[in-house]
Amino acid sequence: MTSKAKSKERPGWKDLPSGGFILEPGNATKYLTGDWRLMRPVWDAERCIDCLLCWLFCPDGAVLAEGGKIIGFDYDYCKGCGICAKECPPKVDAIKMIREDEALEEPLSA
Amino acid sequence: MAVAVALQKKVAMTGNEAVAQAMRQIEPDVVAAYPITPATDIVQYFSNFVANGQVKTEFVTTESEHSAMSACVGASAAGVRAMTATASNGLALMWEVLYIASGMRLPLVMTVVNRALSSPINIHCDHSDSMGARDAGWIQIYSENTQEAYDNVIQAIRIAQHPKVLLPVMVMLDGFIISHAMENLEILEDGDVKEFIGEYRPERYLLDADHPITIGALDLNDYYFEHKRQQVEGLLQARKVILEVAGDYQRVSGRSYGLFEAYRMEDAEAAIVVMSSTAGTVRTVVDAMRKEGHRIGLIKPRVFRPFPARDLAEVLRGVKAVAVMDRSESMSTAGGPLFTELRSAIYELEPRPLAADYIFGLGGRDIYPEDVCGIFQRLLAAKPGDICSDPMVTYLGVRE
Amino acid sequence: MAKIFEIRWHGRGGQGAKTAALLLAEAASVAGKEIQGFPEYGPERTGAPVASFNRISDQPIGIRSAVTHPDVVVVLDPTLIGRVDVTSGLGNGGAIIVNTNGPASQIRTRLKVDGIRVYTVDANQISLDTLGKAIPNTPMMGALMRVSGILDYEDFMLSLRVQLTKKFKGKETIVEGNLRAVERAYQEVQGDDL
Repeated sequence: MTSKAKSKERPGWKDLPSGGFILEPGNATKYLTGDWRLMRPVWDAERCIDCLLCWLFCPDGAVLAEGGKIIGFDYDYCKGCGICAKECPPKVDAIKMIREDEALEEPLSA
Repeated sequence: MAVAVALQKKVAMTGNEAVAQAMRQIEPDVVAAYPITPATDIVQYFSNFVANGQVKTEFVTTESEHSAMSACVGASAAGVRAMTATASNGLALMWEVLYIASGMRLPLVMTVVNRALSSPINIHCDHSDSMGARDAGWIQIYSENTQEAYDNVIQAIRIAQHPKVLLPVMVMLDGFIISHAMENLEILEDGDVKEFIGEYRPERYLLDADHPITIGALDLNDYYFEHKRQQVEGLLQARKVILEVAGDYQRVSGRSYGLFEAYRMEDAEAAIVVMSSTAGTVRTVVDAMRKEGHRIGLIKPRVFRPFPARDLAEVLRGVKAVAVMDRSESMSTAGGPLFTELRSAIYELEPRPLAADYIFGLGGRDIYPEDVCGIFQRLLAAKPGDICSDPMVTYLGVRE
Repeated sequence: MAKIFEIRWHGRGGQGAKTAALLLAEAASVAGKEIQGFPEYGPERTGAPVASFNRISDQPIGIRSAVTHPDVVVVLDPTLIGRVDVTSGLGNGGAIIVNTNGPASQIRTRLKVDGIRVYTVDANQISLDTLGKAIPNTPMMGALMRVSGILDYEDFMLSLRVQLTKKFKGKETIVEGNLRAVERAYQEVQGDDL
């Protein structure tokens, strides 16, 4: 138990900053919340009209845009909530939600 | 040593006034408070100092004690010295924030004027308020009289902010008995106090724009335990720091402080352990009974958190019988909080002294020298080898 | 044990029993004594019987119980006699000073206690004359000085002047009125050996 709790990423009490303080600004980026994703948005560049609604509504800033144009998703932080797909205008329909296991190179289910 | 002691003014003041004067001399950056008897005077006097321009403190009047402690936590986390004062139910209302202050390692200093907890509602002295907060991770220092209340508040600043400690400190004085009683005390010059406490330069604080940090982040089973272990380390280190600060304070004031006072314990075969104002009454009885040839002594714990278990056991080595006087009831049915700590501390002594608990003074019930004499007589009658007392817990002065 | 001089004040809430104990403590402190001055622990209620206490000594004072065996009892309101046990713990040779316009002999009869010294002074009339209202606490301090001799009278008056000036900043008539009240009571208190 002890050896498991103490590892390179998790220092012991003597090495931790006191008071639960976190001294490294912006280190939340190290936490890849994309791990939580069960459904993955898949973007169709052909259908996309670059209205940026998905970019605007994404609660995690995981829709990537450059120069006013969508360029894809940041799957490190996309939690798969599906808001982007919901907000994409029905006539456009450029974002589809697919099961994460289907997106894997070697799908788990048959 | 006497030559170096600073010039001091002898004054007559109530306990609350003495604490307020100490706060004026410390001049914390923020005082946030909500009034409650018998602690109200402290912040009332202090608000006068603010209004008169004698201090530059930001004085925050809050809508409750919960908010007062929260404001102090915010101020301290931001990087400044913060102080407050409360009593009884006011302290109870601060409950959850007390743990936040200690968990965040914020060096707040708070005066608690000891008063019974409701219900039944009662404004008089007992220790049920601060004893209820004994496990909140604060350092606890108890004062016998107005002089000690003044001295302890000043020393608390240095103890709290010490880098090896970084814990909030609670300084107690007995409600009405000391808070509203006028006694002589010596107060230091303002400049000497300022020099003693030094400038406050926290290593880490929220408003340090060059080194942004996160405070109050979620800390689950992967880190919480380590942070609690760190807190214990702060309390372990506090023992030495409290003594160092006391040494420095003695050089300025000429008054000596320790973790506890051992009075006439050298050859004592019986001892009473009691905190705060009642120690004065017990000391008077020790002197009187010593004149009659009884080998008795007094131990007055000053620091209850951290509990100086080993030091106390050492001074009780060879004592035949010891009585603890608890001014609060832990409701464990196995004795008050001071008793259970003390009895545990002397468990390893050989031979083991007889230990008895006396719960007294609840809700301000007065205690007289005759009561104390009675306790000593029972202790002196103990036979060698007796370790268990019957009854283990006595309710002194309660009507049957 | 060093001799500690103990005083118990009886009054009604609003008559200044607590203030008298604190003023006396401060005066004795200035005069170089070790002191305690404290009210019967709790808030005063207007009209209700209250008590306050002093201990004065040349040695540090440790005991912090209420005073149960006073050397002197001061009664600010004679109607308390019979309702409150004002002579409780007053030993042989102890003294009681009562604020009344009657003679000491009358009070002695009502107290029904032997072996104590009884003194009276009309502190209500004195404070009415000097301050315009019945605030008996300061004149009773004058009577106490005369009966007990615990402090040098001149020292006491000097220190009282300093305290009153601090307490009543800019209100010189109140300061002077109080001091005259103390002086008159010091002169006018009467009893067994006065």
